[in-house]
Amino acid sequence: MAFAIPAGGARRTRTARRRGTFVPFLLLAPALLWLVAFFVVPTVSLASQSLQTGDIDNGFTLTWNFATYADALSRYWPQFLRSIIYAGSATVGTLLLGYPLAWFIAHRSGRWKNTLLVLVVAPFFTNFLIRTLAWQIILTDQGPVAQFFRSTGLTTVLQAVGLTENDSLLNSQFAVISGLIYNFLPFMVLPLYTVLERLDSRLLDAAGDLYANGWNTFWKVIWPLSLPGVVSGTLLTFIPAAGDYINSKLLGNTQTVMIGQVIDAQFLRVLDYPTAAALSFILMFAIIVLVASYVRAAGTEELV
Amino acid sequence: MAWLRRNLVVIAGLLVLAYILLPNLVVTIFSFNKPNGRFNYEWNQFSLDAWLNPCASAGMCEALGLSLWVAVASALAATLIGTMAAFALARYRFRGRAATNLLVFFPMATPEVVMGSSLLTLFVAMGVPTGQMTILIAHILFTLSFVVTTVKARVSSLDPALEQAAADLYARPSQAFWKVTFPLVAPGIAAGALLAFALSFDDYIVTNFNAGASTVTFPMYVWGAAQRGTPVQINVVGTVMFFGALAIVGIGQAIGARRRKEAH
Repeated sequence: MAFAIPAGGARRTRTARRRGTFVPFLLLAPALLWLVAFFVVPTVSLASQSLQTGDIDNGFTLTWNFATYADALSRYWPQFLRSIIYAGSATVGTLLLGYPLAWFIAHRSGRWKNTLLVLVVAPFFTNFLIRTLAWQIILTDQGPVAQFFRSTGLTTVLQAVGLTENDSLLNSQFAVISGLIYNFLPFMVLPLYTVLERLDSRLLDAAGDLYANGWNTFWKVIWPLSLPGVVSGTLLTFIPAAGDYINSKLLGNTQTVMIGQVIDAQFLRVLDYPTAAALSFILMFAIIVLVASYVRAAGTEELV
Repeated sequence: MAWLRRNLVVIAGLLVLAYILLPNLVVTIFSFNKPNGRFNYEWNQFSLDAWLNPCASAGMCEALGLSLWVAVASALAATLIGTMAAFALARYRFRGRAATNLLVFFPMATPEVVMGSSLLTLFVAMGVPTGQMTILIAHILFTLSFVVTTVKARVSSLDPALEQAAADLYARPSQAFWKVTFPLVAPGIAAGALLAFALSFDDYIVTNFNAGASTVTFPMYVWGAAQRGTPVQINVVGTVMFFGALAIVGIGQAIGARRRKEAH
């Protein structure tokens, strides 16, 4: 830097500033065009659809019919509530399972670190439907997992808390929530790994030197420092899980129907577009409200 | 007991890893099954049939071909326009930058079922027939934000002094970009492209809304199979994809290790 020619440097910053007026917009143009044409416009189109009346044969007209929202909510609130509860439970589950794995990979895996990270991501390349179907095989009544659950009395416990309805593990709330946890676990592990890996291990030594036990070291040092990873991990899990219906359809029963399943059926089979659009909007709104209050409570601004 | 306490997190971590990998093990084992009936849910007999005739299941290879084509095309398009946008967002301060960041974030925060259905409403309202083109539009849309986020993180982490140094050494701006900046950002672009490919190849929900009746991608084929009867061939595809991904990463790391060794 010492031999930089001042005049050249000044000229460069001046040109950069001048180019800066239109270059970023030129670079952004295609992406912005895409996002506006295929995300903003459809969202407006969806809003308009939700306020229309009519049917598929005679066409729909915009009548500002807000009653659709009230009807949709009063008919489908159990599915909404269930989706939020399942997604919330799955998020807590991924956090409980993902934290030890992320810590293990970040601090205890030595030269296996990269291999383990790859193993966390690699299942993504097998289609998630195929992997969810594999859970049907794993949880089947005659299988070793079901037998283990029966012999240890876990089946009785699950039934007592209402997660399963009878002896079998399949087609139950237990299977749906386990499936959601399984499907979104990598989305929790990767952000957690990123923050835990950067954690300075000297902080742990310092906590030990100050006579903190393992429990205190975790709650007072590790957990607060890992919060950004926890926040992005929970968002990456909760948002898609709330709209998911693959797990509830393949692993659940008629009592585990989630809201995504209703929206899908209304759009593609019942062809009641206004109700389907209203349901989509309520789901999006509920998620935005929950996420915004959660992010505020967690005190992180950095989302992306 | 002390040993157990010390290694508790290792044991827990390995158990969770087993939970992540168990379905892939089952998929692999059942790719060698000869099922008794239409559904491949119960172990019957060892057989290489599905491996020797991967396309014997009607329509599966066509669906796989379509999915691969869509994934490659949408990953390329999303990577190109996403990388441009990432540079704009990471390198320039301009009016509307915060709003643009928010607009990029929103599609990632939208449940797939909402995004798929809103695109369908638009296509229906405009009278656009659903098919390959609408699938491609949808896939570029939902992979774009992930590419922008990945590449932006990489560009932001670069030291701007490197480009200034290049300029001080009389490199033209284009030279500085292609010889200094681009090679440093390339891993981020590659990661974004790979992520876009994986997301597109795996997508069922958004695709199902925008595919129409006659266009079938691989995930749609699997979904249909789950209702009618699961051919063993889908397990073969799942197994090949899993071990293929492992092999590609393994080879990449081996090449990287050798390069580092040669550099020393």
